[in-house]
Amino acid sequence: MTLQERPDRENLADTGLSETPAERVSYLRAGHTLKSWLLTTDHKRIAILYLISITFFFFVGGAAAALVRLDLLTPAGDLLSNEGYNRAFTLHGVIMVWFFLIPSIPNTFGNFLLPLMIGARDLAFPRLNLLSWYIFMLAGLLTLAVLILGGVDTGWTFYTPLSSMFAHGQVVLAATAVFVAGFSSILTGLNFIVTVHKLRCPGMTWGRLPLFVWSIYATSLILVLATPVLSITLALIAAERLFGLGVFDPAVGGDPLLYQHLFWFYSHPAVYIMVLPALGVVSELVAAAARKPIFGYAFVAGSSMAIAVLGFFVWGHHMFVSGQSMYASAVFSFLSIAVAIPSGVKVYNWTATLYKGHISLDPPFLFAMAFIGLFVVGGLTGLILAMLAVDVHVHDTYFVVAHFHYIMVGGAVSAFFGALHFWWPKMFGRRYSLVWGRLSALLIFLGFNLTFFPQFLLGYLGMPRRYHVYPPEFQVLHVLSSAGAGILGLAYLMPFAYLFYALRYGPPAGDNPWGVTGLEWQTRSPPPKHNFDAVPVVDGPPYDYHVEMEGDEDG
Amino acid sequence: MSDFIALWPGAASAYSREVDLLIGAFTVLIVALSAPVFILIVVFATKYRRGKPANRRHAPDRNVWLEVSWTLVPFLLLIGFYIWSTHLFAGLYHPPAEALEIDVIAKQWMWKFRHPEGQGEINELHVPAGEPVRLVMASQDVVHSLFVPALRLKQDVVPGRYTSMWFTADTPGTYRLACAEFCGADHSVMGGSVVVMEPADYARWLEETGTDRTLAAEGAVLFRQRGCSGCHDPASTVHAPDLAGLYMRPVPLESGGTVIADAQYLRDSILLPQAQIAAGYPPIMPTFANVLDEEEVLKLVAYIQSLKGGKERQ
Ligand code: HEM
Ligand SMILES: [Cu+2]
Ligand SMILES: [Cu+2]
Repeated sequence: MTLQERPDRENLADTGLSETPAERVSYLRAGHTLKSWLLTTDHKRIAILYLISITFFFFVGGAAAALVRLDLLTPAGDLLSNEGYNRAFTLHGVIMVWFFLIPSIPNTFGNFLLPLMIGARDLAFPRLNLLSWYIFMLAGLLTLAVLILGGVDTGWTFYTPLSSMFAHGQVVLAATAVFVAGFSSILTGLNFIVTVHKLRCPGMTWGRLPLFVWSIYATSLILVLATPVLSITLALIAAERLFGLGVFDPAVGGDPLLYQHLFWFYSHPAVYIMVLPALGVVSELVAAAARKPIFGYAFVAGSSMAIAVLGFFVWGHHMFVSGQSMYASAVFSFLSIAVAIPSGVKVYNWTATLYKGHISLDPPFLFAMAFIGLFVVGGLTGLILAMLAVDVHVHDTYFVVAHFHYIMVGGAVSAFFGALHFWWPKMFGRRYSLVWGRLSALLIFLGFNLTFFPQFLLGYLGMPRRYHVYPPEFQVLHVLSSAGAGILGLAYLMPFAYLFYALRYGPPAGDNPWGVTGLEWQTRSPPPKHNFDAVPVVDGPPYDYHVEMEGDEDG
Repeated sequence: MSDFIALWPGAASAYSREVDLLIGAFTVLIVALSAPVFILIVVFATKYRRGKPANRRHAPDRNVWLEVSWTLVPFLLLIGFYIWSTHLFAGLYHPPAEALEIDVIAKQWMWKFRHPEGQGEINELHVPAGEPVRLVMASQDVVHSLFVPALRLKQDVVPGRYTSMWFTADTPGTYRLACAEFCGADHSVMGGSVVVMEPADYARWLEETGTDRTLAAEGAVLFRQRGCSGCHDPASTVHAPDLAGLYMRPVPLESGGTVIADAQYLRDSILLPQAQIAAGYPPIMPTFANVLDEEEVLKLVAYIQSLKGGKERQ
């Protein structure tokens, strides 16, 4: 199944790509005005717009996290008031989930790389892509308005009837912000799906798609199928709060568990929106670092799809003590164990890929290893949580907090930084300092573990989440965790220094600085406005590295 | 447990020690499943570092049998643990019939407990050691969750329905109790303690705490005050069911089918009378949802539960 819709091959040179010399300059120089950025339909420029916006939100969410960790240094609730603390962690959760993690890898690297990796000149609907960004920014502004107007104190989960009838903050505005952001997700997902189906270059069959493309494809399916459920749920909260429509509050005839089912029907798949792209990135980084084909390509690609599908059937594992039926819990527990299997398959396959490889210890590989280490811990503690009798004890404690941070922060954010270090030379055409890159990978890994490992112990000890007043015997572990957060914060800042420095002073990267396969490395760095000078034609499998070299001198 | 740093929570029941055993054994399993990954990554990264001579001949890029086995073997091991843990969990749904029943009301931001003889307490729960105790819980406002780490138990307390939790504490002592479900401003101070006492001490405590009336007796007063008796009294002229002996009986419904008149049914009949109409009666009962608070509903339910005998229903 190659691309039939394109003009026929002979004519491509004069009808299609980069026909004028003016377009043969890079996308970064194709227009210098602010307008040329704000009205661009170039997927690469839109990717940069997203990169800037989500970095901004990452810092806002990070500032809220810093407040939370500072407050937790002492067992008394002294830095913030009870209400203030609740607003801080709610803001942290809402911003990090919907304004950083969900758009992070798909909207930046997905946007930038998807067309390049499949040999297309843009996404299927470039203007829709720009619209997604504007919708996203509108949602972001609404969230900042929530912050300025005093915040919201429901937790990112918006549980009813607390959110619909009892909370005092800006619940409706916050729900509106997330509601609006959902449209951006849906449009982006749709755009990616159509692009993968329709715009693959000649020879780019499904079996030759890079694994990153597979994972973005799986993610997009979730975005399109799950997000509408969240949207309608948030609309119902607003209706109950504003008009007293009885949906979730039993005092007006509603059912609070209905809310939890609807919310987690979206939010469990949503955690895979955050992690599937990261899994795709790591597959790319591991293959590139080992200069070997990914071991078991079909299993790795298939496991992305399996996760996307199975991920829709495990939401009830967030409700084991909510009062749902015992049999429902038993089924959800079983399915949660099943969904861990495809994730495990990926990890074993990455390990096997390294066997007899040519492994470089450059920053992208170190970030990939940090990802694997943290993801394994996060995934295995997920299995612990899937065990009913254990979850009854650790549900809604710091154990859960540690579990999902290992996956979403340890995992997804490490993969995000890995991607940034791997594709930075492609995106901006400059190399950065490898030494600093390795150092920041190391510090992120250590800082992360110091922050979150103690939280497993805290959780098992019985420290509930969303508490800022706690028993004194928990203090030492909390202080360790806050200290780790300090290191982690600095480690996250470091790349900004040397990556920005590289923008100006870094040596030119050349087309393929890592010496790897993949269409994106066959065009110039930074790529020209329309990506390729001529339509690429693919005639081999992905990760087509020359193997079986003995001794191997040239690296 | 040292005061400086705690690493493992105390355990106050046989169940909690079994949960500890489960998580201990499970941790061994997951370390065994993940150790090869960590070790091999380091070994490979060293041995096959780029530029380092090593035997790289015949590097495999797929091996279906290997793939299938590292998919299936962990899965089968996990199934074993699944059975163990689900079995333990199922026990939580089967309280012994003779369990001591204590009513719990959660509200922003306190816990209220009522013992069967009517003794009430707030944020502190006294229970006898060695005897099964069952908590029947309702929430006055939002979702809360009763969490006793030393028992390794928690259960959400949900407005609009009764949830329950049971345990047999076996080690006298004072243990932490907390609200685990985020419930608004003072969530992190909605805590207290569970005091497990020798049965004799518990009996003495009940005695000393004293009470005016039992829960059921207070319910009887409410039954008249709120006008329930106007219709439900056997002497009443209104055609309404007699409630004596109703508890745990099957009730045929107007809509067809039958339900067992458990506590949840009694509660719903008071608050949402139109939802399930008993066969043969006109749907004339008004809702008491805005009249009674959860505590009063519990008292009325206790009163109805205490009514024995009565004539058999068709
Ligand atoms: C390996 C498979 C996984 C399993 C078996 C698993 C299992 C679980 C379970 C049972 C819970 C509920 C715990 C509780 O609330 O008591 C949970 C919570 C959570 N998990 Fe996972 N998980 C897995 C992977 C992931 C992944 C990949 C992510 C994210 C990318 C993730 C993110 C979360 C989040 C965000 C929560 C808690 C949300 C909240 O309550 O605020 N999990 N997980
Ligand atoms: Cu989940
Ligand atoms: Cu609470």
